[in-house]
Amino acid sequence: MSALGWRTGFRANLPVAASVAAYGSVLGVLAAQKGLGWADVLLMDLMVFAGSSQFVMVDMWASPLPTAAMAAAVGVINARYVLITATLRPLFEGRRILEKLFFVHFVADENWAVTMAARRQGGADLGHLWGGGVCLLGAWCLGTVAGVGFGAAVPDPEAWGLDFAFTAVFTALAVSLWRGSRRDGLPWLAAVAVACLGERLLPGTWYVLAGGLAGAVTAACLPGEEEEGAGE
Amino acid sequence: MIDRTVLGTIAAAAAVTYALRAGGLLLASRLPRRGPVRRAMEALPGAILASLVAPSALKSGPAGLAAVTLTAWLTLRTRNVFVAMAAGMAVVVVARRFGG
Repeated sequence: MSALGWRTGFRANLPVAASVAAYGSVLGVLAAQKGLGWADVLLMDLMVFAGSSQFVMVDMWASPLPTAAMAAAVGVINARYVLITATLRPLFEGRRILEKLFFVHFVADENWAVTMAARRQGGADLGHLWGGGVCLLGAWCLGTVAGVGFGAAVPDPEAWGLDFAFTAVFTALAVSLWRGSRRDGLPWLAAVAVACLGERLLPGTWYVLAGGLAGAVTAACLPGEEEEGAGE
Repeated sequence: MIDRTVLGTIAAAAAVTYALRAGGLLLASRLPRRGPVRRAMEALPGAILASLVAPSALKSGPAGLAAVTLTAWLTLRTRNVFVAMAAGMAVVVVARRFGG
């Protein structure tokens, strides 16, 4: 794990971190309206660190606190992380269990995608992922705490296309991950079809989980070339 | 300064989220490293990204699809994620301001 990798990862996440901070300020405003202080919000940022699920938590915030229902809703929204961190196996290869348990907390959708794309283009280590995670967590904390104190930096992020920033970044990184139609054509088609269907039928972000699994299973069913004759 | 029930609620949500993050990583290290499972794992990152993009592009209507197409094309041409992202966002902003 290198300092250079950390800095590269941090810098690579800066463009999307701007959008993360803007959304953070919106969350901060909503949280303040529910009576949460900046310390509550900061603690939630540091411990949960998963944007869309924190919006749902603040939305459900009421007296008495529905702790169990909230934890369940958060689980539904964050279920996709099981698949996302599963893809990081090569990055964590040879790491001690304590290192895995520490660094895995810094995995968000954005820095995961940035690091996976950087890996495909020649290399990114665990430091890259961590630097990106610190960048996003910093932007998220700054944005939310500022939102509690001063109101939203951008009152209507949708009007500025900031919601689309995430879709755009994921699109650009998906292009970088494309391995050609022979290997990725059918798996991606399956993923897109199942995700679009799932988005209408499933709760939370289970559609990401369903689409990802559909793509992976499709790839498993395609004939492999490299490892043929290896006793499989 | 932080209420005990507030702390408990945040801790519960954090525990669930952390279990999902750590669970994926730890379970993956037990999976076989060859054959169909390997092919599945190698296809997974792209499949997850495609699953993140497609529904939100579809929800943004024709402008969303146009913006995603432009972003993808610019990524191929310029290899600059920031430029591609900014162009896609610009399409969406213009469509929302001036479109119906």
